[in-house]
Amino acid sequence: MDMSAINPVLLLASLIVAATPLLLAAIGELVVEKSGVLNLGVEGMMITGAICGFAIAVNTGSPLLGLLAAAMGGAVLSLLFAILTQFALANQVASGLALTLFGLGISALLGQGFQGEKAPAFPKTDIPLLSDIPAVGHILFSHDIVVYLAFLLTLGVWLVLKYTRVGLILRAVGENHDAAHALGYKVVRIRVLAIMFGGACAGLGGAYISLIRVPQWTEGMTAGIGWIALALVVFASWKPWRVLLGACLFGGVNVLQLNLQAAGFAIPVEYLAMSPYLITILVLVIMSADRSSAPASLGRSFHASQ
Amino acid sequence: MKLTKLLTTAAMALGLATAAVAADKTKVGFIYVGPRNDGGWSQHHHEAAVEMAKHFGDKVEIVEQENVPEGADAERVITQMALQGADLIFTTSFGFMDPTVNVAKKFPNVKFEHATGYKTAPNVSVYSARFYEGRAIQGTLAGRMTKSNVVGYIASYPIPEVIRGINSAYIHAKKVNPNVKFKIVWAFTWFDPAKEADAAKVLIEQGADVILQHTDSTAPHAAAQAAGNVYTFGQAADMAEYGPMPRISSIIDVWAPYYIQRTQAVIDGSWASVNTWDGIKAGMVGIGEISDVVPADVKAEAVALQDAIVSGAYHPFTGPLNKQDGTPWLAAGEVADDGALAGLNFYVEGIEGAIPQ
Amino acid sequence: MIRLEKRPQPSQLWTYLTPVLAVLLTMIAGGALFAFLGKDPFEAIRTIFWDPLFSEFAFYYRPQLLVKGAPLVLIAIGLSLGFRAGIWNIGAEGQYIVGAICGAGVALALYPMEAFWLFPAMVIAGALGGMLWAMIPALLKVKFGTNEILVSLMLVYVAENLLASMAVGLLKNPEGFGFPGSRNLQQYPSAHNAELITGSGMHWGVVAALIAVIFAYVLLNRHMLGFHIRLTGEAPRAARFAGVRPARLILFCLGTSGALAGMAGLFEVSGPSGQIGIDFGSGYGFTAIIVAFLGRLHPVGILLAGGLMALTYIGGEIAQSNLGLPSSAIQLFQGMLLFFLLAVDVLTNFRIRLTNKAEVA
Repeated sequence: MDMSAINPVLLLASLIVAATPLLLAAIGELVVEKSGVLNLGVEGMMITGAICGFAIAVNTGSPLLGLLAAAMGGAVLSLLFAILTQFALANQVASGLALTLFGLGISALLGQGFQGEKAPAFPKTDIPLLSDIPAVGHILFSHDIVVYLAFLLTLGVWLVLKYTRVGLILRAVGENHDAAHALGYKVVRIRVLAIMFGGACAGLGGAYISLIRVPQWTEGMTAGIGWIALALVVFASWKPWRVLLGACLFGGVNVLQLNLQAAGFAIPVEYLAMSPYLITILVLVIMSADRSSAPASLGRSFHASQ
Repeated sequence: MKLTKLLTTAAMALGLATAAVAADKTKVGFIYVGPRNDGGWSQHHHEAAVEMAKHFGDKVEIVEQENVPEGADAERVITQMALQGADLIFTTSFGFMDPTVNVAKKFPNVKFEHATGYKTAPNVSVYSARFYEGRAIQGTLAGRMTKSNVVGYIASYPIPEVIRGINSAYIHAKKVNPNVKFKIVWAFTWFDPAKEADAAKVLIEQGADVILQHTDSTAPHAAAQAAGNVYTFGQAADMAEYGPMPRISSIIDVWAPYYIQRTQAVIDGSWASVNTWDGIKAGMVGIGEISDVVPADVKAEAVALQDAIVSGAYHPFTGPLNKQDGTPWLAAGEVADDGALAGLNFYVEGIEGAIPQ
Repeated sequence: MIRLEKRPQPSQLWTYLTPVLAVLLTMIAGGALFAFLGKDPFEAIRTIFWDPLFSEFAFYYRPQLLVKGAPLVLIAIGLSLGFRAGIWNIGAEGQYIVGAICGAGVALALYPMEAFWLFPAMVIAGALGGMLWAMIPALLKVKFGTNEILVSLMLVYVAENLLASMAVGLLKNPEGFGFPGSRNLQQYPSAHNAELITGSGMHWGVVAALIAVIFAYVLLNRHMLGFHIRLTGEAPRAARFAGVRPARLILFCLGTSGALAGMAGLFEVSGPSGQIGIDFGSGYGFTAIIVAFLGRLHPVGILLAGGLMALTYIGGEIAQSNLGLPSSAIQLFQGMLLFFLLAVDVLTNFRIRLTNKAEVA
């Protein structure tokens, strides 16, 4: 047992890498849920993004184009969910589960020729000056651009939700769609856009795994990260900054347990792995006690005639 | 049992029917736990199956099923293959053991081959490879190549197969480098690229400059490549695309000769239940090309070890060896017997940490 | 411009027609997919929908439909009660796993004792385990108003980790050479959930599923509690005036669905699956949610939907080995079926009208 084997700077830096796909997917899902829609298909959209991004990056040699394709792939898939739930008024829980099944299937089919391929390398972008700060510089400012993008996205979502009219409308739609409709807002259109934003973010998160974190393509490679992202939104009680914190916690648990193992500590892996979910439940309970809970219309279908 | 009879009759009727239709075509089934293009375990079985089919040409037809969950679904899939007239079925994951034995009872005329299990029957053989022989060579290379004297090991599940590999690698690394230390991480998965990549990164961050893996994806290689001066070994597949750096050698599962031999036995009518546990000598364990990054003398040392194992002059588990707690295990010159190796559940002396329970 | 107009009453005609329409649409889209993959679409569709029922080997596949469909139906029936009342238990997968662990735990603790009461005791333990797991979200909802969708979902992850820990730890087979997984209950006569009539596929889980269907039907149509459930879902305020006590209803619905899911897990682990292993949770709990909706939350509908899902599973397996279709194509095909079934349901409750753009709300 050797605690000194763990370098806290490297640990925190890799924690941020592990947190990034979670953060991307969760920040998208947060916007979706804020608009009153529960899309359980995050895993399906992530894995679709992972293969779309990988395929385009391999074929064009450009990882940036890959990222773009991943966002588009995720958004297109989420459009299926939007059609089902917003136009055909199907149940959101069932539609989301179906979307995951569909996404896992289509990604495996699309990816058949890409197994064993290598993705073009994704450059690290050290932020000038900032990355030279000892410790902090390496932890925060010496990553690839997607990490910064995820961070900026979180900032952007927070600003938009809190300070802009768009954010106000989005929240209004999520809290009470009938009232929002009465005020003249296009509930369905707003929700479709939110769903597509969520899909694009999930797709990006998936591509981060297939293009940067692993980087390669294999069937089912997201291995449940989309589901964790769902938990994360709840843990964060629909607040962007807490999503960031939660992503570090959820992503960090795995990195931390691997670190402890490598340092020779005998730890019960399963119990450590279930702890974030137990914490989430605890957070839920505390939150429901102070009544600042989920968007009120979450998961309910909207039709103008109701 | 009525069902048994019913199924047997059906199988026999079918056997006659297929015999009439295609008297000389032998049908061989393969069942994989993962996708057939997983880049590791299942893909290697699939490729061996294809090679076998190519070897026999028109005489053999293969049927394959991928992504079969272990448990109830496996039993149905195996039964289905038997019903459809398969003469020989390879079930290629440990978790298919009980389903294979169950189905075999119902189809006494169909031959079954289960990989990595331990339950046999008159129509069920088991086969596995002595991967620990390859681990001895990896250990030697790892001990010689490491500069930090820290070797990282990504383990999957705490089962004898994996523990044997760790012990074998450690014994031989220690032999050539008394200062070597192993850092072992249990990933609790056979195949999860993201988790394997994380595990490799953690080991590298903690000073490991050689990574051994008992998981099947190439993600650790990609992590090592990104890190720079880290050496890795291919697992199950050669993973040559990551050579000459970071991948400096590999343990390759070579199933095709076995599949050809067993299929031939069915064609000849000479098939009998066997318990096969073959190593480098029989060609079931392949040692991938040692890349030029490895200095010539180290390479020669590794090849010499390989030759000694092949010739039978040397066994990787030869005493004196103590268990982790210091109690004696093998006396000087004593060689571990297969029974002890099959159930191996402890580390040898010198490895730090505990096997998770 | 297309406009949806709510029907005053759900259309009887479309209730029956929509599933047929969805299956037809799936056959067309799926056929196109299979053709694209270079397979004969007609043969593929026939293999999936026809072969399990009427091919040469249907004598084996038909019972397997029961084995595959029973857990789905059993879980979905329990879920549908809550769904009707607006109580969303989406953590049936976790309850299924915990039920299996508890039920199998009883048997493994008493191994190798043989007793006639062992299996009933396991069933009770399984049901209790599932119920207790579902009681966590139920009590939290009653006590603190916590969202049950999210708590029950979180508990699935907890249950999966618990399962992994059991498979490599406490319940590991002491004679299994250190491999993960418990003893095989199929080889423990008192604990084995064997077929009641050999070759029929009928095990106690199938019986339980059928009983659950009848029980749910009677409950919903003939019983005050069933009336309360339906009323709460359709008109929550009216329900309060009618004297419905929401807390009791929450405890009942979540408790029942948890118990049924737990029983399904127990029947699976002691029968078709045989052992507690890391991969025991095969997604039945999530698929059952889809089955519940495909069956329109109606007991008989759920029975049929469970059968249809089982058919695509088994037909899909046959198509894989006979036609060499990749398993991903089958998964995609199932996804399509679900999409179409969910999408066309809109015709039951809404009329489609073509209108001028000006009228659009």
